[in-house]
Amino acid sequence: MTHQETGAPEQMTGALSLIRSLENAGTENIFGIPGGAILPAYDPLMDSTKIRHILVRHEQGAGHAAQGYASATGKVGVCMATSGPGATNLVTPIADAYMDSVPLVAITGQVGAAFIGTDAFQEADIRGITMPITKHNFLVTDPVEIPRTIAEAFHIASTGRPGPVLVDIAKSALTAMTDFGWPTEINLPGYRPTTRPHSKQIREAARLILESRRPVLYVGGGVIRAAASRELKVLAELTGIPVVTTLMARGAFPDSHPQHLGMPGMHGTVAAVAGLQRSDLIISLGARFDDRVTGNLDSFAPHAKVIHADIDPAEIGKNRYTDVPIVGDCREVISDLVVALTADADAGTTGDYEAWVEFLVDVKKRYPLGYDAPDDGSLAPQLVMERLGAIAGPDAIYCSGVGQHQMWAAHYVGYEKPNTWINSGGLGTMGFSVPAAMGAKVGCPDTTVWSIDGDGCFQMTNQELATCAIEGIPIKVAVINNESLGMVRQWQTLFYNERYSNTDLHTGADRRIPDFVKLAEAYGCVGLACDSPADVDAVITKAMEIDDVPVVVDFRVHRDAMVWPMVAAGTSNDEIKYARDLAPEFEKDDL
Amino acid sequence: MSDARVPAGKHTLSVLVENKPGVLARIAGLFSRRGFNIDSLAVGPTEHPEVSRMTIVVNVEDSPLEQVTKQLNKLVEVLKIVELDGAASINRELLLVKVKADVSSRGAVLDAVQLFRAKVVDVAPDAVTIEVTGNSDKLADFLRVLEPFGIRELVQSGVVAIGRGSRSISERTLRPVPVPVPAPPTGSAG
Repeated sequence: MTHQETGAPEQMTGALSLIRSLENAGTENIFGIPGGAILPAYDPLMDSTKIRHILVRHEQGAGHAAQGYASATGKVGVCMATSGPGATNLVTPIADAYMDSVPLVAITGQVGAAFIGTDAFQEADIRGITMPITKHNFLVTDPVEIPRTIAEAFHIASTGRPGPVLVDIAKSALTAMTDFGWPTEINLPGYRPTTRPHSKQIREAARLILESRRPVLYVGGGVIRAAASRELKVLAELTGIPVVTTLMARGAFPDSHPQHLGMPGMHGTVAAVAGLQRSDLIISLGARFDDRVTGNLDSFAPHAKVIHADIDPAEIGKNRYTDVPIVGDCREVISDLVVALTADADAGTTGDYEAWVEFLVDVKKRYPLGYDAPDDGSLAPQLVMERLGAIAGPDAIYCSGVGQHQMWAAHYVGYEKPNTWINSGGLGTMGFSVPAAMGAKVGCPDTTVWSIDGDGCFQMTNQELATCAIEGIPIKVAVINNESLGMVRQWQTLFYNERYSNTDLHTGADRRIPDFVKLAEAYGCVGLACDSPADVDAVITKAMEIDDVPVVVDFRVHRDAMVWPMVAAGTSNDEIKYARDLAPEFEKDDL
Repeated sequence: MSDARVPAGKHTLSVLVENKPGVLARIAGLFSRRGFNIDSLAVGPTEHPEVSRMTIVVNVEDSPLEQVTKQLNKLVEVLKIVELDGAASINRELLLVKVKADVSSRGAVLDAVQLFRAKVVDVAPDAVTIEVTGNSDKLADFLRVLEPFGIRELVQSGVVAIGRGSRSISERTLRPVPVPVPAPPTGSAG
């Protein structure tokens, strides 16, 4: 492989070569923790004027922060850790980034080349460990390879279907002297992502769209990653086709738009689930027919043909038969569809979806998202989300953990813009929220960033509040405290005869361990609490007014609140329940 | 010799990969984690020193095969995958087998060796070691003939396969397709 280098090579250590390479690749922020094997890199890092290093409290926090940074900005997130346990602590965020296609570069130190394979102190085969959860990974033992490897890592992470790339660098390569030269070109003969869709497939897709009577635009996270929201809106409004946005795509299409049916899937809205189930054509844009969307695959949208557009050819046809496969970048695919359908419209050919839209508008009206306020006057978690969304507004970024609060946040906050909703969708990583919010805030310092977290999730990674307080990263955390591992408890309520095995966290009035207000204060943050619907607005407003330190609000909500609608795991989407024991009623002749 | 008798579900993939450390682990790991079993795998050099060729025999239906092929293609170090059709390709395995053969049985064993165009590569007073190449069917037939004499030890390679005719699957793979690296950002972010 040949690489032209810029300028004459410069002599320096591998460590400085690494920092120069990261600077050249455009790195502005690194989240990390030093340790033995990566230590040589931290010395020149101290002198870098281009890179800010944020010292986190746990490597998992570094990884999720880099994910939050990447998701909020669209840039590559970078995290750094030492060998062995430092590297293995990155495994969860790397797996998370792999599932949710987040551009991430993880730099890890490795024991010296001569020690590799000897079970040396803090040695772990992180390249082997992360093979199944990275888009690609590297082990560098020769310092001369550092610049090229970093350039390739950033290229692979950020192009095609984005994903995590790990670069493991032996300590001996960091300490050795080497020539530094930044490559001007990359040659990866086995990596050529297809971004331009095939025009024949576009024409075929346009034909199916015009022929169909009950089409749905099934929008996934690929639309967010491809920054295709504007194009999507044009396509939707040109055709009038109803839109559903998956958990990963919330914000890709405005929630306030009349064509938006909401989120599909296990906890999707009735309109979104019914829309897909009864459709005759699913136009999948950057989505992957995940089991949480389809429910039982055999009975999923039984009468629908499928147009499946994705930049990753392996997603097409993986779970569901595809009538028209389109490999390409979502923005290009949607733009091409708009051109094709506009030409058809100019020639007088448009789709006839009137009866279908009328049906779905009616379903949406009859089965809106909703919840009952608790009888005892206690706080409904859904109300907290509604008020957060109303007060912080659609320009704020909302990062959630995993569980009930995630579903409520997905439904009730209200998203109008892409990259304002950041969560762990594929892997479902509890503890994602606080560090991801920290990373998002670093990437968008002028934007309000709310972490919406559960009391279980929050206890997994709240040590990063120390990082936020010390580094001046004033995030706001809404802990939706229902004193339990709420989603698991909901399943125990519904499917395990209300036997609450190991889900009570005692963060409520009985024990209050820990006291989240005191915990926040101990971390140098402002701690607030709210347990009454009447105080919600005031406490959110107060939190919004504090912008010099992080704020944690302990929202003490009703512990029996459940996430509805729900399709029980493994069953057909036709079995959706609107509330407990309440199925939506459709007339037999409803399409 | 025709190799048309390929059992249903068996597919022979020729995979060209960059000759880099860890590439075998990536491919083997991908098969196991996506739930596919490898029947046979052979790796070796090609006419290009930087490219290795794997011949992988998998036992899957057509649609899972498409999925595993797409997943393999996503590996950065995988350059090209070609499924070799049984009739339009040549498949060979190598077998080394140690058979009991004393003075009384050696003649019969050597007859079998001749019939199968095999070769004796080592002789001991009570055994001979035989080398034979062929497709799976031929090797299975040969072993069936040798079995009554007493097989003491055998070792068999994975299948290697190549398409018939003059076309080469590797000639266009190494064409460099350079991608420019974005220019480094200018100025300091402080």
